[in-house]
Amino acid sequence: MTALLWTLAKVGAALGFGMNWAAFLGWVERKQSAVMQDRIGANRADILGLRVIGLFHIIADPIKLFTKEDFVPAGVRPAFHAMAPAVSLGFPLLALAAFPYGGTVEFLGRSWSLQPVESPVGLVLVLAMVAMGIHGVVMAGYASNSYYGLLGGLRGASQMIAYEVCLAATLAGALFLYGSLDLAEAVAWQTRMIAGVVPAWGAVLQPVGFVLFLVAGTALTKRTPFDLPEGESEIVGYHVEYSGMKFGMFMMTDLIESVVVACLAATLFLGGWHVPFLPVDAFSALGPMLAGPAMACVMVASFTAKVALVLFVLMQVRWTLPRFRFDQLLDLGWKNILPLALANFLLTAWAVYLAKSWGVSPWR
Amino acid sequence: MAVTVRPVTRPERDLAVQVYIVEVLKGLGVTFRHFFVNLGRHAAALAGVKAAPGAVTIQYPEDPPALGGRARTRHRILRRSDGSPRCTACLLCETICPARCIRITAEDSPAVVIEKRAKTFEIDLGLCVFCGNCVEACPVDAIRMDTGDLDIPAMDRRSMIWDLEKLMRDG
Repeated sequence: MTALLWTLAKVGAALGFGMNWAAFLGWVERKQSAVMQDRIGANRADILGLRVIGLFHIIADPIKLFTKEDFVPAGVRPAFHAMAPAVSLGFPLLALAAFPYGGTVEFLGRSWSLQPVESPVGLVLVLAMVAMGIHGVVMAGYASNSYYGLLGGLRGASQMIAYEVCLAATLAGALFLYGSLDLAEAVAWQTRMIAGVVPAWGAVLQPVGFVLFLVAGTALTKRTPFDLPEGESEIVGYHVEYSGMKFGMFMMTDLIESVVVACLAATLFLGGWHVPFLPVDAFSALGPMLAGPAMACVMVASFTAKVALVLFVLMQVRWTLPRFRFDQLLDLGWKNILPLALANFLLTAWAVYLAKSWGVSPWR
Repeated sequence: MAVTVRPVTRPERDLAVQVYIVEVLKGLGVTFRHFFVNLGRHAAALAGVKAAPGAVTIQYPEDPPALGGRARTRHRILRRSDGSPRCTACLLCETICPARCIRITAEDSPAVVIEKRAKTFEIDLGLCVFCGNCVEACPVDAIRMDTGDLDIPAMDRRSMIWDLEKLMRDG
């Protein structure tokens, strides 16, 4: 019973993690782009004259989206039209439940894992969920009774073909090191140190894989420079026939997918919740009642900080690069990322094999 | 007539450009520099330290923009020393107006030296393109566009039409 409640609480917290990040990113997006373009950005929403650098836009945006008219155009397929935003948003949200937000802490005589869904194939779960999300995009395009929407949906499907294989291939090298598809295991592996000074994070051991993963991950989020299904300047995209919060859900999907990519990057390449040089029993001086919760807070804070860092970089890339043409994206995926990722994988496999056969272990 | 050809050399795309990663990093360098420099300036402004402004934004209604001395803004009709409008209803402004937003009806002027005066003088600011031709055309300097007033929008099109009385308010 306790285990069930704890799991439910963790899943709820994971969903809250994603939703709050998405709401916050809506503000970050406008503010960060404004600051780097010598502008001020959203700063008008106020409560009793209090503005707090525009943070109230986080509240103003959903209020606006929820109170707008939910217009359903004539000729749409109503069931699919209504279902598409939920499908699009739901699957990436579910993926968030598989990440280890922290390790295991001791509290009240038992150990508590901070990973909502402790699955031995957590990574496969995440990749499956983000791949399922594309159904919402295609469904929206199909149900909209609009050529622009249909084109956007088809582009979404072809974009998935461009990045999905590469995405898994870029992770292959890192997974070969960790020897497991379990995300908690991957983080546990990364807590070791190379020669006692450098943390054995994926980004240190797999820099090529990390960069390639970020590129493929940007394509996954359907955001600039790979915002082809949306294509604001030409076809508007798969959500052209949506309004109100249904449109807002599509917008949130992009941001939630960014969060998923950032979580994946943090988990597999930046050591997850690991804080270098912080021993596991760092807070044992606080006593048995406080040591566990304190450690849990530090782990979650560390993971969140790493996610925030990746999101910051993704956001900066989104506001720096012009968009790719469609054939350029397919070329990038199949002719550049995939061969590089496979070469990276082969090299890693060779290195791991040599290290094993010589009995060398450069870390620890 | 001979055809003149100007050869345009295409920019060299060397390996660093082709690879694109270097170019991406250069672009990110520019945007990161702008981001952190502006962030520092905003922080300095919040802390009360004097620094260059972090943004070029003009906060319009609270902080109106500084207009150039020759900026063409909302019209006004000037008055004579006795307070009557200077306009002699010659219709030159109405004739030259490319947007046809000026409508004048003339009537006899009671003064002996002046032949006509405007009975009504209306400018539809919703149509006006702010070209300033009316000001150039006016032979008696009766109309000017120097009020500095940009705040002319109204809730309906009829209210965008300004009559003589309104135009003479700051004459």
